Amino acid sequence: MLALAGVAIFLGLEGLPAITASSEQLGADNVVLYVWPLLFGTILAALLALLVAAPLSIALALVISHYAPRRMARPIGYVVDLLAAVPSVVYGLWGIQFFGPRLVPLYEWLEDHLGFLPFFEGPASSTGRTILTASLVLAIMALPIITAICREVFAQTPVLEQEAALALGATRWEMIRLTVLPYSRSGIVSAIMLGLGRALGETMAVAMVLSATGVVTFNLISSVNPSTIAANVALKFPEATGIQVNILIFSGLVLFLVTFLVNFLGRWIGARGQVKGAR
Amino acid sequence: MTTVKEGPARQSGNGTIPVVRPQLPRWAPLLVAGWALAVAVLLMIFLGWGLVGTGATAGLVYLVALPLWSSAVEGGRKAKDRFATGLMWLAFVVAMLPLVTLVWQVLSNGLPVISGQFLTYNMRNVVGEGGGIYHAIMGTVIITLWATLISVPVGVLAAIYLVEYGEEKKLARAVTFLVDVMTGIPSIVAGLFAYALFVIFFGPGVRMGFGGSVALSVLMIPIVVRATEEMLKLVPNELREASYALGVPKWRTVTKVVLPTAMAGIITGVMLAVARVAGETAPLLIIAGDTDSDNFNAFAERMATLPVFIYYSYTQPGVPPEFGQARAWGAALVLITIVMLLNLTARAVSKYFAPKTGR
Repeated sequence: MLALAGVAIFLGLEGLPAITASSEQLGADNVVLYVWPLLFGTILAALLALLVAAPLSIALALVISHYAPRRMARPIGYVVDLLAAVPSVVYGLWGIQFFGPRLVPLYEWLEDHLGFLPFFEGPASSTGRTILTASLVLAIMALPIITAICREVFAQTPVLEQEAALALGATRWEMIRLTVLPYSRSGIVSAIMLGLGRALGETMAVAMVLSATGVVTFNLISSVNPSTIAANVALKFPEATGIQVNILIFSGLVLFLVTFLVNFLGRWIGARGQVKGAR
Repeated sequence: MTTVKEGPARQSGNGTIPVVRPQLPRWAPLLVAGWALAVAVLLMIFLGWGLVGTGATAGLVYLVALPLWSSAVEGGRKAKDRFATGLMWLAFVVAMLPLVTLVWQVLSNGLPVISGQFLTYNMRNVVGEGGGIYHAIMGTVIITLWATLISVPVGVLAAIYLVEYGEEKKLARAVTFLVDVMTGIPSIVAGLFAYALFVIFFGPGVRMGFGGSVALSVLMIPIVVRATEEMLKLVPNELREASYALGVPKWRTVTKVVLPTAMAGIITGVMLAVARVAGETAPLLIIAGDTDSDNFNAFAERMATLPVFIYYSYTQPGVPPEFGQARAWGAALVLITIVMLLNLTARAVSKYFAPKTGR
């Protein structure tokens, strides 16, 4: 049990020598400049993924907890759990061979019709290996986590309150809006934070789907994309030697700190909500 | 609109007021869905759209048409309700699409590759066609076994401490919190951690299967702790009290009463954790590396695993690329089968050997 705490501390301690080593031998400016585009890409991809995944998974959780008939709800829950069990490398395979090419017409359409927005400036990638594709794959991967937590929270809403709302003549949607959603707001936020943590740290799918060049750009559909920290480590590490290894470990530490912060916030909000619910 | 049901009327003061507001018939959503589909298919035929576009149009037409009809007959509130319901189910369909296409892709691309040779040969000196994933399957099994050996004792003991001995102490709360945070560690960071740890002992450029096990167990321990904790909390307190009443010391109560009762649940949790960890790629890519030959010694040299094999076969397929990519799909099918089997067995175990709680 103390080993657990030890492991977490060790992780921090192991990362620290990498910081000093790399910054002394490279100059601090360089390290920051090296990590910044990667951090940007990581956050951009994860946020985009959440933009898609959060509404979808809340709706999915509502379907499971309130809309689907009891007999259907259990199998749907199982299927969503299976979605979580699919290894990330398989998602990458699927994204690069099946999903990416399917999105190319969409990207061309976006470039033609919405090209005046900086996001869709183009030129549209012909392989579909863009940051938007990567985010969509990430969204699919974050979906089961958010859904599972939201489902639990929704199921905890007091039945009496729901029945009271229905008895006052509320429609089902009004019942959900007036009782379920306010009751589970902190739970939803914490679920989304945990999903964000997963999306930030996801490696293989991004490493495979994204054709990365490591620039800072908001253009979502071109073949010139920012890379993410995790994908960058996975792509470069097998060939890295000496000081490159230290830099990659340093970028891993940055990623760890970011996900730590996000997870911490998520748990904290969740815990605060639970206290409120207990009253 | 002849389909509107008139509610029973009641006599009051100056005329009849319907008690029940007019309602759409029960089959209205189905009717509108069929109608929307028909419109979309017509558009597809005339404009030459793809399947995805058609589906999206059908969904949109449904989302607009049903609330409009409903608001004309039933009023705004019901219309909003119908709109929300439609939106929920649409989201459900959208979320299911990736899973369906993924399974279909893996099956259609992977099945033709699977053969006796594919499962029992390794990749040494294979160029082009042929070769197999025996070395990768064995690598995955060995590394996962070691990871289980490390994380199960640590995880179960930690959970026992938390539930039986912790009792709201500061240390227990700190451990719970750390476990929660560890659940969110990105897998690649776990790999980097294992690498950093092994570099200290073995010098730079170290690659070994056992390192992969260490990285995986970092990911696995929190899952095991969580699952075991839940199970131990389910053990009825009466059992513990009965044991204490008979004068049994605490450690014997834990080993002879609490653990056997919770065993099925703990096994389920461990199997789910193994299933989750067996598909991890990133840490193994970093610390275990990849190789073409059999390597059954976890403590020396590079070791191939299924996920890493998939990754390398697809990104560096060799010349000509078709065979490497086909092998990647085949390996993906094998990996998914293993993971799903573990998942299903775990659920079966929890279903049939569930502890008899006094609920």
